Amino acid sequence: MTKILYGTAVLLLFLLPCQAQDRATAFINAKIIPIVGQPIEQGIILIRNGKIAAVGDAGTVRISSDVQTVDLAGKVIMPGLVDSHSHIGDGSGGDASSPIQPDVRLMDGVNPRAASLQRAQAGGLTTVNIMPGSGHLNSGQTLYIKLRDGAVKVDDLLIYDKDGRYMGGIKFANGTNAIRAGGGTFPGTRAKSAALVREQFIKAQEYREKIRKAGADSTKLPARDLGMEALVEALEGKRVVHFHTHRHDDVLTVLRLQKEFGFRVVLQHVSEAWKVADEIAKAKAPASIIMIDSPGGKLETVDTKFDNGAALEKAGALVGFHTDDGITDSRWFLRSAGLAVRTGMSREKALYGMTMANAIMLDLQDRIGSLEAGKDADFIVLSGDPLSVYTHVLQTWVDGKKVFDRADPKDHLIAVGGVGAGNDGMMHLDCFDGDFGGEN
Amino acid sequence: MKNVTRVSVIKARASGILLCLSFLLLAFSGTTFGQLAIKGETVYTMNGDPLTNGVVLVKNGKIEAVGTASQIRIPANYRIITAKVVTPGLIDAHSVVGLNGYLNQPHDQMALDAASPMQPELRAIDAYNAEERLIEWLRGFGVTTIHTGHQPSALISGQTMVAKTVGKSVDEATIVPLAMIAATLGRDGLGSQGKSPGTRAKSIAMLRAELIKAQENSKKTEPAKDLRSEIMLKVIRREVPLIVTANKAQDITAALRVAKEFNIRIVLDGGAEAPLLMDEVKAAGIPVIVHPTMARPGGDQESLSIETASKLKAAGVPVALQSGYEGYVPKTRVVLFEAAMAAANGLSRTDALSLITLDAAKILGLDNRIGSLAVGKDADIAMYDGDPFEWTTHCTGTLINGNLVSEIVR
Repeated sequence: MTKILYGTAVLLLFLLPCQAQDRATAFINAKIIPIVGQPIEQGIILIRNGKIAAVGDAGTVRISSDVQTVDLAGKVIMPGLVDSHSHIGDGSGGDASSPIQPDVRLMDGVNPRAASLQRAQAGGLTTVNIMPGSGHLNSGQTLYIKLRDGAVKVDDLLIYDKDGRYMGGIKFANGTNAIRAGGGTFPGTRAKSAALVREQFIKAQEYREKIRKAGADSTKLPARDLGMEALVEALEGKRVVHFHTHRHDDVLTVLRLQKEFGFRVVLQHVSEAWKVADEIAKAKAPASIIMIDSPGGKLETVDTKFDNGAALEKAGALVGFHTDDGITDSRWFLRSAGLAVRTGMSREKALYGMTMANAIMLDLQDRIGSLEAGKDADFIVLSGDPLSVYTHVLQTWVDGKKVFDRADPKDHLIAVGGVGAGNDGMMHLDCFDGDFGGEN
Repeated sequence: MKNVTRVSVIKARASGILLCLSFLLLAFSGTTFGQLAIKGETVYTMNGDPLTNGVVLVKNGKIEAVGTASQIRIPANYRIITAKVVTPGLIDAHSVVGLNGYLNQPHDQMALDAASPMQPELRAIDAYNAEERLIEWLRGFGVTTIHTGHQPSALISGQTMVAKTVGKSVDEATIVPLAMIAATLGRDGLGSQGKSPGTRAKSIAMLRAELIKAQENSKKTEPAKDLRSEIMLKVIRREVPLIVTANKAQDITAALRVAKEFNIRIVLDGGAEAPLLMDEVKAAGIPVIVHPTMARPGGDQESLSIETASKLKAAGVPVALQSGYEGYVPKTRVVLFEAAMAAANGLSRTDALSLITLDAAKILGLDNRIGSLAVGKDADIAMYDGDPFEWTTHCTGTLINGNLVSEIVR
C-alpha cells in the first residue's frame, strides 16, 4: 500500500510540469529582459496554457494562490532566441538539375529527430527559419519551425498562420553562390543570374494574371505549376523572400529586383552591409547578419566585418542575426550579439536582433520575439548577462513547456558535447522524462 | 686655456650627438626596440596569481622587469602604455594560417599536396606567406606566435614551423623553421578517390613501414640522405616530434601504440575522445593540443566536447588550445575566443589563459622564450580593455619582440 502511494506520488511528481501548463506558473525574482520595454530587476513572468499571461514585477503582477511559483533569483529571463537562417534538421532543397527550383519544399526532407535540433534548443533557440540548400538562384521553400519537444514528424514543429497555412519563406541567392563555369542551365555571370531570376518573376506575374482572368471559370485556369504557385505567393507578399547575398553590389541587385517585383525581402548574410548600410535602410529592407570569426573563406566574404551590426543600426535598418548552422553552432548563438556589441552596436539593438527583429522578418512579431502578455510562452533562463561568455543557457521553454534543462544530464551532454551527444534522438518528452522503470 | 676650449668643443659635439640619438630614439620608440613600460590594472604574468597594478618593463625587445607599481621604478625615458588587462602574447598551438590564406582559392591554399599520402619532406617555411591577411587579423586580437604548417588531411602531410605574427618575410617571422611533422590518423587522414590509405589499419601499416625504414636507415654507417630519409631520421632519433591528429579513441590508442613501438616523440592533436582514455594518455606523458572548443561536431570529431581541454588540464595532462584547420568559413578561428569558452566551461581564467600562453609554449618547447611575462623573455605582450575573454572586450594593443605591432582596437 505504501509502495502504491509512493509510486503514485512519484508519478504525480513527474506529471507536475504537465499539470502546471493548465495551472499557471509564475517565474519570480529573475531579472527579466522583455526586449519590448525596459528590463525588470525583480521580475515576474506568469505563464498559462502555453501563453504569457503577464509580465511585470510584484507591484503590477498579482499571483493568485493557485499559481505555482518558481523562484529564479539571480537568473535572467529573456525571450526565446529566434534564428532567421539555419540549416538544422538535416533538411535539403533543390538538387543539381537546375538553378531555380521554387517547387521544392524543405519540409519534405526534415528529420525531426536530428541532433542539430536538440543543440539549437540547448542554445536557447525556440523559433528557427530552416532554409534549403545552397548553390542555387532559388533552392526552394523555407520552413519556420518551433523547437518543440517530442516531435515524431515535421508537422509537430510547424507554425500555422491565421488562415491555417504552415509558415515559411522562399530562398534566393546571388553572387557566386549559383554561378558555375560552363554549368549548363546554371548562370555563368552575375548579370545572367539576375536575368534568370527576373525571367521567373515575370513568368509568375503572367501566371498570376491568367489565374485572375480565369476568375470563377476553372476551365480557363492555367495548368498547375508548383514553382509558379510559390513565386506568386512571393509576389503577393505571402511568402517572404530570404535572399542570400554578400557583396555590396549583389545587395543592391537584390534591392533592384525587390523594387521591380515588389516582393517582401529579407537580406541574408549581407557580409558587406557596412558598405551599403544607408541604401539598405532607405529601401527598408531587413538584414539578417552573421558573425564569423575571421574574414574570407570565400571571395565574397573577404570584406565582412564584425561592424555590420553597428553600421546597419546607425543607418536605421532592421538588423537580425542568424547562425547559418552548421556555419556557426546554434549553441553559441548569443555570442553573435556579444561580438556585435564589441564592435559598436548597442546592447538593446543587439538583443533585439536575436529576438524581435528576427520575429518581424518571419512575420511572427505578434506571437514571439518579446515577453509580452498574450504572446507564446517561449523564453529562456540564463545564468547571467546574455552578452557574457560566462553565461549559460539554463532552460529553454517553448509554448510554456520546458524543452531544455542544463541540470538534466542528458541535456547537459547536448549543451557541452561528448560521446553520444551527436546521436539523433527524439527530443525528450517533457512530461515523461523521468525513469519509469520500463513503463516509459 | 686652449685645452679647456677643446674639451668644451668635444663636450658640445658629444651632447649634440646625444641629442640626435635621443631624437632618433623618440622617433623609433614603439617601433624598434623602444624602451617601454606596460602598465596594467591586472597583469597576468602566468607565474602565480595575476598582479594588481602591474608593470612590465621592456628593453631591447626583451622583458626587463615585471612587478607591481610599488616594486618597479619606471625610468624617465620609457614610453608608458597603459591597459586594463595585460597578458603574455597569445600562442596558437596549432594553425595552418600563412600556408592557407583567407581567400580560400587554390592559389592561396598551400597546406596540402594531395599527390602522395606521406610527404614529410615538405617544409612549411617554403610555403609560409608572412603577409597573409589572416596573420594581421590574429595579431589584432593579441596572438603573437603561431605553430603553423601542413594541414591534417593526409597520413603525413608535411612539416610545421613556429612564427611570430610579424615580419615581412618568412625569415623575419620564423622562430622555429622545423617544429613537427604533421600526421593524421582516422578518416581525415585517408586517401581520396580510392588512393591508399583507404582504411585505419592501412594507415598504421603504412606509417609503421615508413618508421621501420627510418629505423633501419638510422643503423647504417652512412644513412641515406634523400629529403624524405633525412627528415624521418630526425623523427626516429627523437629530434623532431610527430604531431598526430587523432580524434576517435581507436586512433588515439593507435597513435600511442606506434609512439611506444618506435620510441618516437609525439604530440596528440585534436583528441576529441581523449577523455575516454584519460589514464592511457596521462600514463604516456604525451601532450595534447586539443581541438578548438567551439569546433563543430561531425566526422571523427563527432564526440568532441567544449569541456575536453578543461578535463585534460584538470587530470594533469599537458594541454594547449588551437585554432585548428578550417576548410571554409571561418578560415581561421581565434584562440582567444576558444580559450574564452574553456574559461566559461570548467577552467579558471588563469588556467584557460595558460592554454594559449605558457602551456602552449611548453608543448612547443619554447617556454624559455615565450608564454609568460618573465625577465629575459621576448617582450610579446597583449593588452585588453577588460576581461580578455568577454565577447565585448577589445584587444587594444599587441607587442612583439618589444615592438608595438598593433594598435588597432579589435
